[in-house]
Order: sequence, then C-alpha cells, then structure tokens
Amino acid sequence: MNVISEAYQSWSIAERMLLFMLIAPLLGGALAGIDRVASARLQGRCGPPVLQPFFDVFKLLRKERIIVNKVQDFPIVLFLLFTIFSGALFFAGADLLLTIFSLALAGTFLILGAFSVSSPFSHLGAEREIIQMVAYEPMVILVAVGMYQVTGSFNVGAIASYQAPLILYLPGVFAGFVYILTIKFRKSPFDLSMSHHAHQEIVRGITTEFSGPALALIEIAHWYENVLLLGMVYLFFAFTPWLGLGVALATFFLEIFIDMNYARFKWQLTFLSSWLFTAVAGVSNIIVLSLMK
Amino acid sequence: MGWFKRSPWLLHYNATSCNGCDIEVIVSLTPLYDLERFGVINTGNPKHADILMVTGSVNEKSRQVVQNLYDQMPNPKVVVAVGICATSGCVFQDCYNVLGGVDKVLPVDVYVPGCAARPEAIIDGVLKACDILDGRYRQSKNTRPAVPP
Amino acid sequence: MTALLFLILFPLAVSFLALVPPHSLAFRKAVGACVNVTLCAVPIYLLITNLERGAAYFHVESKLIDVGMLFAELFIAVFIVYVSVRAKRYIPVLLVVVQTAIMVTFEFTSGHGMQVEHSLFVDKFSIIMALIIGIIGSAICLYAIGYMPEYHEHYEEVKDRRRYFAFLLYLFLSAMFGIVFSNNLMWIYFFWEVTTVCSFLLIGYRDDKASRESAFRALNMNLLGGVVFSVGLFTLYSTSGIMELDKLLLADKGSILLPAVCFAFAGLVKSAQFPFCSWLTGAMVAPTPVSALLHSSTMVKAGVYLILRVAPVMENTVAAQMLTLVGGVSFLVTALIAISQSNAKKVLAYSTISNLGLIVACAGVNTDAAVWSAILLIIFHAVAKSLLFLCVGIIEYKLGSRDIEDMDYLILRLPKLTAIMMVGMAGMFLAPFGMIISKFVTLKAFVESTPVMAIILAYGSAATIFFWTKWMGKIISIKHGVAEVMEHRVSNWEWITLGMLAVVTVAVSLGFPFISFHVINPYLTELFGTIPVVDSFNVLMVSVIMLGLLIILPLGLLYYAFIDKNYKRVGTYLGGGNIDNTTFEGAMASVRTIELKNYYLENYFGEERLINVGVFVSLTLTFIMFGVAVI
Repeated sequence: MNVISEAYQSWSIAERMLLFMLIAPLLGGALAGIDRVASARLQGRCGPPVLQPFFDVFKLLRKERIIVNKVQDFPIVLFLLFTIFSGALFFAGADLLLTIFSLALAGTFLILGAFSVSSPFSHLGAEREIIQMVAYEPMVILVAVGMYQVTGSFNVGAIASYQAPLILYLPGVFAGFVYILTIKFRKSPFDLSMSHHAHQEIVRGITTEFSGPALALIEIAHWYENVLLLGMVYLFFAFTPWLGLGVALATFFLEIFIDMNYARFKWQLTFLSSWLFTAVAGVSNIIVLSLMK
Repeated sequence: MGWFKRSPWLLHYNATSCNGCDIEVIVSLTPLYDLERFGVINTGNPKHADILMVTGSVNEKSRQVVQNLYDQMPNPKVVVAVGICATSGCVFQDCYNVLGGVDKVLPVDVYVPGCAARPEAIIDGVLKACDILDGRYRQSKNTRPAVPP
Repeated sequence: MTALLFLILFPLAVSFLALVPPHSLAFRKAVGACVNVTLCAVPIYLLITNLERGAAYFHVESKLIDVGMLFAELFIAVFIVYVSVRAKRYIPVLLVVVQTAIMVTFEFTSGHGMQVEHSLFVDKFSIIMALIIGIIGSAICLYAIGYMPEYHEHYEEVKDRRRYFAFLLYLFLSAMFGIVFSNNLMWIYFFWEVTTVCSFLLIGYRDDKASRESAFRALNMNLLGGVVFSVGLFTLYSTSGIMELDKLLLADKGSILLPAVCFAFAGLVKSAQFPFCSWLTGAMVAPTPVSALLHSSTMVKAGVYLILRVAPVMENTVAAQMLTLVGGVSFLVTALIAISQSNAKKVLAYSTISNLGLIVACAGVNTDAAVWSAILLIIFHAVAKSLLFLCVGIIEYKLGSRDIEDMDYLILRLPKLTAIMMVGMAGMFLAPFGMIISKFVTLKAFVESTPVMAIILAYGSAATIFFWTKWMGKIISIKHGVAEVMEHRVSNWEWITLGMLAVVTVAVSLGFPFISFHVINPYLTELFGTIPVVDSFNVLMVSVIMLGLLIILPLGLLYYAFIDKNYKRVGTYLGGGNIDNTTFEGAMASVRTIELKNYYLENYFGEERLINVGVFVSLTLTFIMFGVAVI
C-alpha cells in the first residue's frame, strides 16, 4: 500500500488526472457489472457476465443516432466532461468544494438536456432529478465542512494524508453521507429520476429521450461519478488505506443490498427524509465539532 | 464483434393479446428462466430498445401505436412476433377486428409460435433475433450511404 | 474631489433638466445617451486615478450645504406629510414627525456648532459602489428610454409622466453617489432619506391601488429605518462627538455600539432583510427599470454598504452575531420561499433578499475573507440581477405574463433574450461564475468563525439550485415546429443595455482575480491589515472552466445546430400515441395536448408560513441585538 501512496505522491497533478481519466471508467464499469451480478444473485438468478456494462456501452455506441431536437445531446457531452473534470480534480488532490460545485454543474447540464426535449417523461424525470440534487446537496457540502473542521483544509490531498482517523471525528457526517449516497448512486429507494433495472415508473425518466451514443455517454459519466463517490467514502478512512478501500467496497455492497430490499420512495419522502437526516446526523456532528475546538 | 448479441434490449408491446404470451415474456426475466444472463434488459422505451417483441394480432388502433413505436426505435432493430396470434392471427385470422399478425404492419424477423409461447422458445427467438441484429449492423456498416437519407 | 462632486451634482442637474420640455423623443434620447455614457466614464476615470492611492478625504465648506440640506429635509418631511394625509395614511406622518423632531432637537442642542473635518471621501470600496451605480445605473436609464414608451402603450390607463420618471431616476442616482462618497454621517442620512422618497414615488408611479399600497408599505418601513438612523446619529454625537465615518471606526468600540447597531438596523430595513422583506416583494409592481435599478442593484446595496462600513465597530460582540444570524435567516428563508413562487419578478425579489442576507451575514462575521466575498457578492449580484430584471421586463410585454409557467419554449420565441437570460441565471448560481467563488470563500470564512452559518449556507445553496434550474429548464424547452419569433419589437436601446450587462457579467466573472488584486485587497489591507489567501490553483481551475465553457458552448451549439447532419429525427415518447410531438391520442380517441409544469412545493415552502417563521425569528434576533447594545 505504501508503494501505491509513494507512487501517487510522485506523480504530478496532470499525471494523476490523466490516470483517473483512463482508469476510472474501467473501474466504474467493472463496479457496475459487479452490481448487476450481485443484484441477480440476491434475487436468486444467475445474472449477466461481469463485463456486461461494457457490452452495453459498446452496443449503444453502435446504434443509430436519433434525436428529438438538434441540441439535446450537447448538454450530455458537457455532463460527461464536467463529471470527468470533477473526478480528475478530486483524485489529483485539489479542492473538495470545487469538486462538489463542479459535480453540481455537471448534474445541471444533464437536467437541462432533459428539459430541452419537453416530453412528459423527460420533464418529470428532470424535475425529480432536481429534487434529488436538492436533497443531497446540503449533506455533500456539510461533508466538506466537516472535513475542514477536523483537518483545517479543504484540500483533498491534505485530507487524505491527515494522520488521525476522520471517521472518529465525523461519524454523524459519515452516516448522513452514506444515507444520501443511495441517492447519488441512483439506487432504490431513491432512484426517482431514472432506473437502471426494470423499476420503471416514468418510463426511463430523465434518460427517456436519449438513445444510442448519448445514452452511452450518460452511462460512462455515471461510472466516473461512482468512482468519485467511493473515493469520497475512502477519505473518511484514509488514515489506513487498506481500511479505506475495504470500507468503500463495503459501502458499495451495502448500497446494492439496500437497493434490493426497498421499493422506491415517493419524492416527498426522499426529499424530507434526506434533509431531516442531514440535519440530525450531519448538523449535530458539525456543531459538536465546533464546540470542541 | 457481436456486441448486439451480448446486449440486446427489449421493448415489449401488447397488441390485442390475451396477455398469455405477455406473461410468458415477463416470466422469462424471472429467476427460473433469467433472460438477463444474456444481457437482456426489458426497457419500456423504444429509443433504448433493439428488439421489439409484439404479442397479439394487431388491430386498427394498435397498428398506429406499433408503427409509432417501431419508428422511434433506432437502427439496427428487429421485430419478434411472440405467440401464434402475432405470427398469423391463429384462430382469429379471419376476424373483422384484427389484422391477423404483426407482419401485416411491420417487417417481422423472428416468429415464435405457441399459445402461449413457452419461455424457452421465447429465449430462443430472442437469441436468433440477436444474430439477425448483428448481421444487420454489419450490413449497414458496409453499405453506409455517403449522405444519410 | 471634483470627480466626486461632479458625480453627485451632475445627475441632479440632469434630473431637473429632464423635467423641462421639449418633448421631442429623439432629442431626449440623444441627451440621455450622452448623460449615461458620462456616468459610466467618470467612475472608471475615478478608478484609474485612484488605483495606486489609499483612501482620500476631502474637506468641503459645509455651512451653506448643511443649511440647504436641513431645508431640503424639512421640505421632504412636509411633502411626505402632505402626500400621506391626502392618501389618508397616518403612519408615515407619525414617523416623519418623530424623525423631524429628533433631527430638529439634535440641530439645536448638541449638534449646534458641529464641526466636520472631512465631508467627502473616496476609497476603493466607494469606487466599486460608484462603478456599480454608474455603469449599471446608466445602463438601466438607457434601457428605460426604450422601455417606457412600450410601457405606456401597454398600460394606457397609467398617466404618462415620463419626464417625472426620468427626474426621479436621475435624482436617485445622485443620491446614491452621495451615499457612497459621504464621510459625514449627516450627509449620508440626508441622501438616505432622498432615496427613500424616490423609491416611494417610483413604486407608486402607476398610481393604482396595488401600487399605492406597496409604495406606502415601502415608505413606512424605510421611514422606520430612518427614525432609527436619526436616533443613532443623535446618540452618537451626544456620547462621543463623532459625526464622521472614518472617526467612527477609530473610536472606542464600547461607547458607540448602540449607534452602530442603529445604523445596521437602518441598513437591514433598506436591504429588505427579515422582518422587513415585504416591502421589496410588494415593490415589484413598479415598472421594470425601477425594480432593476432600485430594488436589485443599487438602493438595496446602499443598505448593505452601510452595514459593511459600520460592521468593524460591532466586531466580536453578540450584536454582530445577531446581525450575522439575521442575515443568515433571511438568506435561507427567502431562498426556500422562492422555490414556491411562480411569478418571475417575485422569484427575483426573493433571490435578491437572499443574496443580500448572505452579504449581511458576511458583514457580521467581519473577517478579511468574509468582507472580500461580501464585496464580490455585491458586484456579481448587482450585475446579474439587474440583467435578469431587464430581461423579465421585456418578456412581460412579449408574452403578456410574468408567470414562469407561461415561459415555455421561450428559446424559440425569444432566442437572443433567452440566451442572455441564461447568462444572467448562470451568473447567479453556477460554477464557474462569480457567485460560486463568493460562496466558496464565504463558506470557508463561515466555517472558521460561525459554523451555524456554514450549515445555513449549505441548505440555502441547495434551495437556490432548485429554483434557478427549474426556471432555466422551462425556458430552454424546445419543440420541433414553427414557433412565432417575437423579438422584432425589442428596441435597440434595450438590446444595447442587455448586451452590455451580459458582457459585464461574463467579464467580471473572468476578471475577478484582477478586481480582487487591484481593488479589493488594498481596501482589505487598510481595514484589517491582512488579505484572504485564495488558493491560486482553485482560481486557475475556475478560470479554466470559465474559459472552457466560453469556448465550448458556442462552438458546440453551432456544431450541433448547423454542422452535424448525422441524425434521424423522431418524435417524443408519448406511449406510442403520438399525433405530433405535443399532442397524443387519448382515451375515446380524443386529442390531448401535453402540459409540462414545474414543481412548486407550496405545501412545504409556502410564502405565508415561511414569512411568519422568518419574521418571528428575525424579530427576536433584532431585539437581542438592540438589547445588548443598549446595556
């Protein structure tokens, strides 16, 4: 593990970003594949091969490009670009807040793309996506705030190399973060705006009117985002890299487990419960920390 | 490369079927028959689908819908007629209110007879459809016109 | 100093000129254009000449001016009494009487023979405010030249008092320059009252029942602020003999806490913070130039300007913490209310109050980083918000409605306007525009001093994402097919203004490192001795995003709209029952049209309930603030 840490320290920012851009989709796709296999096994089925997401993306890239209006695919390209950029910033060790805001910008582009199509399912999916974003945004910012309070810096590199266990100081923040992680991973019970499996409610929600290459780009962007999110989970346990990686993977499996056990919540419940949980777990943690200092 | 064979996404539409074949299609996705191990996902959205599975012999109302759904699917695409009603109309062939099979409306590529068609037969039909998809894609690549129509 | 006097007196002269006929439109337009260009140029000149200097103070022979101001104040008082009595409203009369009594008592007791050393001054912060007033103010006056004719065409029942309107606008600009350049607190008070009266008269321009209501509500609240201001002046001079801003900051903090709190209170009223926010939302009945000028970019900024100036006096006191919390509560509650509003101008009004709340909270915290981001917030907000108000004004005519739900397919009906609006909206909440930088630094400033504010900021920025993204989505919805383009009757004056403000929005976001380095940091060094450390890597990344977007967006849109031909167009998914993209075949062979509406969440964020919560909380905080100051 130390070998990897030393290697990481030795690379420049540009090199780290490049490595992220190349490795993350492979990792993300593999995670998505593991997700599908694990979900299937939990349901007593065989499930597709682990590399299935890659097959899906390759197939999608070969489909004909159909559109409803001419500019709907452009926001998707920007969505992908900014998700990659956010992840690259994070793994290069740059500022955590900038990563969060950049991710919010990326999400906004996806929403705008869906709005521009003006079809009922797409519109509804986009509205729900906004609600999802508003539900998780306070907690994500509070994660950054909490980490700042403990380590004195918003810089991911500094946080990752902080020698004390962040999780001990930030248990509430971590709990809140895992709660909203279900929203960010787009898993039941919070998969309001689009669904990966056959849980439909508004057809395909925000991705209804996107097909072929655009859909492939959305899928790849989700892979990048998932890797970034697991990276943020790792930060809480960064003092022992093995433990951090283990917890990140365990969180991923926890998300799959929650997904398989719950049906979708109504958006009102999603929204309110997220803000409430953020308030109870996250806010109390922050206040306790501020009183301690 | 066979990517279509490895990741065929379905759109299932019921055109005047009695729901028997529909149930069998859904059942194919359950743990006992598990279509997902072939990478099959049942999307409800024509824009995401490669294979259109139609059950029931089409009537005037659903003719427009089937046509609309088919038009909204991106190429390459195949149509699978599931059940004998979708194949030829079966005992309802001469009825005034049905057209007598999907091929009166759309170009069908795979026929899966049966009443109701068995899941094994459906899976077989889907896999045959995947082969046709692959062939169609390769064909379109080779004969791609300079300017799209 | 001549530049300062020019900036105060020139608009005053122009305002009187505006009252005079000739009525010829071309002549007035030409004069207006020249005046506005001058008003833009002089502050820029001021900036350039003052870049290297620190604050400069000027003595003005003020006996005559003071007498003149006294008479003007009496005249204003009489005028307000007259107008209020005629409208049968007696609260303004009461407030004016109290105010006049205080001021007269002051003049004849302790204030008699008061000597003021420096009446005028200029420092970097005043220059920034002057730039905002000059550039944005004159842009809006330019816009009004094109806007008012159409306004009167649309609303034939409103009496055409355009010359009076112009008179008030330029008088207001003069008073604003007066506020930011005065060192003498009595002068600030005088100009403050002038802006109150201008606001009152401008809101009531339309002279119908709703306008009169709103105008008097604004008058009442602002007069209350004026009364407290005068109390502050009185106590200040009686306890410490100070009447100047610079001396205020050097005096012993304990003895002048109460006056400082009084001034902060007046600022809170002027900036429509809780519990006084209803006057601003009511003021939206006024014509658009009024909303854009007074109620988003300048007059309300005067309130936060004053708070920022007196905040160092209140530093590290419970009063400052209360001030911060009032700002924070205003920020959060109005951001939540804005989610439930579908009237475009109300959304903009609540968003304004929200941003001002953030600035007030930064002022309360009063560290170098907080003031840095407060000033940046002032700049970014003034530019973007005025742009949005002007756009909404035009949309109101073309669509005949202010409701966001009527703005479907706006990008097809008013393409250029929609593009400009997107710039404005992005400027309000999206990275890499300025607001994000400010929120960034604000968050860091809050975490170090008041974590509760960091929490409020987290929830509040989530709320702002909600209502801006909703609105953005609404206006860029596209449907394939012919849509009537309605842009032909937007006048050139309006285009020039909108284009200018859009360019300024982008330029200010791109150029904030320069603004920060050359203008804001010197001011902060004077005030605190330190400047906030902003990570240069972050600045670089933000600039990269900004430049990247500036290049990719137009190129990408052009490519997808015109160059890329490899696509097949199909309909939207309507369950297969499409007749065309917006109609489908419903039950019983009926033809149904799709309707797409936004979520407003009135059950959670209803205006009434949240306003009550906000008023209650903020009243408590305000009482505590005064309480600790009086003791």
